[in-house]
Amino acid sequence: MSVLDSKVPKGPLKTKWTDYKNHIDLVNPANKRNIDVIVVGTGLAGGSAAATLAELGYNVKTFCYQDSPRRAHSIAAQGGINAAKNYQGDGDSTYRLFYDTVKGGDYRSREANVYRLAEVSANIIDQCVAQGVPFARDYGGLLDNRSFGGVLVSRTFYAKGQTGQQLLLGAYSAMNRQIARGKITPFNRHEMLDVVKVNGKARGIIARNLVTGEIERHSAHAVVIASGGYGNVYFLSTNAMGSNATAAWKIHKKGAYFANPCYTQIHPTCIPRSGDYQSKLTLMSESLRNDGRIWVPKNMEDVMAIREGKKKPTDLSEDERDYYLERRYPAFGNLVPRDVASRAAKERCDAGYGVNATGEAVYLDFASAIQRYGVEQAKIHNIENASKDKIYELGAAIVKAKYGNLFQMYEKIVDQDPYKTPMMIYPAVHYTMGGVWVDYNLMTTVEGLYCIGEANFSDHGANRLGASALMQGLADGYFVLPYTIGDYLSHEIRTGKIATDTPEFDEAEKSVNDQINFFINNKGSHSVDYYHKKLGKIMWDKCGMSRNAEGLKEAMAEIKALREDFYKNVSVPGTATELNAELEKAGRVADFLELGELFAKDALAREESCGGHFREESVELDGEQEGEAKRNDVDFAFVSAWEYKGEPGDAVLHKEELEFNEIELKQRSYK
Amino acid sequence: MNLTLKIWRQSNAQAKGKMVDYKVTEISEHMSFLEMMDVLNEQLINKGEEPVAFDHDCREGICGMCSMFINGEAHGPDRGVTTCQLHMRMFKDGDTITIEPFRAKAFPVIKDLVVDRSSFDRIQHAGGYISVNTSGNTQDANAIPISKHAADEAMDAATCIGCGACVASCKNASAMLFVGAKVSQYALLPQGKVEAIDRVQNMVAQMDLEGFGNCTNTGACEVECPKGISLENIARMNREFLSANIKG
Repeated sequence: MSVLDSKVPKGPLKTKWTDYKNHIDLVNPANKRNIDVIVVGTGLAGGSAAATLAELGYNVKTFCYQDSPRRAHSIAAQGGINAAKNYQGDGDSTYRLFYDTVKGGDYRSREANVYRLAEVSANIIDQCVAQGVPFARDYGGLLDNRSFGGVLVSRTFYAKGQTGQQLLLGAYSAMNRQIARGKITPFNRHEMLDVVKVNGKARGIIARNLVTGEIERHSAHAVVIASGGYGNVYFLSTNAMGSNATAAWKIHKKGAYFANPCYTQIHPTCIPRSGDYQSKLTLMSESLRNDGRIWVPKNMEDVMAIREGKKKPTDLSEDERDYYLERRYPAFGNLVPRDVASRAAKERCDAGYGVNATGEAVYLDFASAIQRYGVEQAKIHNIENASKDKIYELGAAIVKAKYGNLFQMYEKIVDQDPYKTPMMIYPAVHYTMGGVWVDYNLMTTVEGLYCIGEANFSDHGANRLGASALMQGLADGYFVLPYTIGDYLSHEIRTGKIATDTPEFDEAEKSVNDQINFFINNKGSHSVDYYHKKLGKIMWDKCGMSRNAEGLKEAMAEIKALREDFYKNVSVPGTATELNAELEKAGRVADFLELGELFAKDALAREESCGGHFREESVELDGEQEGEAKRNDVDFAFVSAWEYKGEPGDAVLHKEELEFNEIELKQRSYK
Repeated sequence: MNLTLKIWRQSNAQAKGKMVDYKVTEISEHMSFLEMMDVLNEQLINKGEEPVAFDHDCREGICGMCSMFINGEAHGPDRGVTTCQLHMRMFKDGDTITIEPFRAKAFPVIKDLVVDRSSFDRIQHAGGYISVNTSGNTQDANAIPISKHAADEAMDAATCIGCGACVASCKNASAMLFVGAKVSQYALLPQGKVEAIDRVQNMVAQMDLEGFGNCTNTGACEVECPKGISLENIARMNREFLSANIKG
């Protein structure tokens, strides 16, 4: 028996959540007023949780490193949010969303959690509309949908290419209502630097005021971590510059197990990198794959001619192009899941067919969509014998209405007009499915310490489907955590205010101060970024889109050596008692330098290919699926949850066996 | 390209600031403006000097964290972009670039180019929401049809990223484009109508309390807004405010 108890309720899958809600203990309103909850992070998960908990009557403190909760990186999500509303009448249902999510995650997620997610998905849309989120509508005034990768129905709701922004502003507005009532106290420009445990329970945090440098103690009856993913371990990713794993890693070091760190999503449609100075990568929404066709030249001569500037992509005829996704996956074509699309791009580029100077770019082409829409519009407007230019004009207008802001963003960055020439794209690190291990209640292995949103590991298995991150963040925050945490807090009504002048707080504050003083006084020879970039290169080269045992062993050793060098030679200018961006970065990179090693260790231990984790040693050798990823359900149908033991390399593995009662495990086929 | 930068340095809110000259070399035209600032800071750190503090986060033009007044314009010379999306191809070799913080009484400087925009948050606390519980037991999302036109217009207002460029560009340091955008988003949707009177009155009162100036219809805010928020939103807010005062 594993030490991990997922606490999944008994009973049929379809009624588990309802039964659970009917039988949990509740806290009476008068008692809620005496209970404090800390929420770290104010994105979709943290913002929605904070607003809901405050609305229920708890006293909430929120923490974010940005100057306002509205700036959390959920804001950058473009494409949309899934919900099983079946407004399109195309056969969608709670079960189908559940099934697609488990299959898309390559059968490495917990059935009960995913079913609950699918179940509450429809409420999210109702809730957001009631809050004034301006989702896209059709001419009849009803909500519009689009389709996303890995599924065969249209269940994605969207607000132009800014769905994350609108949903986050919705959660932020719900927070504002509670801030105005005094039920949420926001601590902006603050960073959580440790969790405080008293008698085994999470009882508070140590935070740094990023403006004054002051170290503060905050106590609570429960602590919720909603600090997002760890994609910036790669240095270059689509995450915000400040996105970090510090809160998640600090709780890991205090007893929260860290699950499946090797499950990373490399998003197929990002703008390729252009030089060493690059600070981040920019995503182009997956929704573009609804209308864009992905290709590289068929012939190597054309590749060379394009790289040398002698040919343009538009010079190549249809016969000279390899629409490799349509070729390899006729059923799903350009709408295969993200992990499949990314590996296919890498495969073509590794074979030498990359279309830019770095050799790491493929085309995403809208010419056929513009043509198709143009012909359709000409018919709608009764224009007979429309000229080629007219058709182009009509079609381009439709594409502009759908993706205008994305096209503008591309043009500003790359300085090319994507209406006239295909976009260049390449995969980039985007999302981390792995994270802090949580049970069905979203509680970590530390009592009273919860983890929600991207920061936890729970719902996406080894690969996340498009438009499901927003769904999970809001489901956790609005509709799941407020119930589960209540069950825990019902046992805290007699606890009373938690004091911060205790040895536990003293000790946590001291260790935070020690680390800060170390950085300020070290006066080494290299900047923090110097180390972060080196770490990113190891991660991308050896723990990137494909991995092998030898590379992973090297990565572990190299990261360990880099970490040792960091602690000898890192240089942090300025003082600890002022706004000091370098000091903030130093703490975050120190944590990435540990997390990266555990990541490689986890990837090494998982000797199978599943979802975003592709082991070169585990591929299909023959048959229709030749060359595709090979999962190993006999030996690896478990969640890897790592226990911290002083050094990342010494972490101890605990397995949560995954049981599939509703869904038969199959090889994913998108052919 | 090689550039001269004149940058506002101010060690904290109380300190007196001044412009300081820096040189940067070998800047690629493909860099973003903030990547150029990264190069400068790496150079300063390696020389043992203190890097320039500036706000930034998503670096894709949506979080609204980055600011900077570049050559006299919020977010610099390009249109429809934030500073993080501004590319160095907008500048020429040998240029001198002046970089200052967003300046307004309601945006005090915290350090160098970092300003305190919490006044924007406080305006939102005053009424930037619809009072609906997050129970999930609201009516079905399709129960109230909303015309595509109204939904699109509300969306256009809602794209505001709260960066403060409107305030920094305005000779009166007025926040009316920002407040107008939020008031408009809700005024255009049926869900927002119930609380319309209180909302506009409370948000405008807070805006005045924070020390933002009034609007004199110059329109600089609309020109400099990275998201193209239209002046119509100010007109709509004025209409809402006037009618609220008559009714209320």
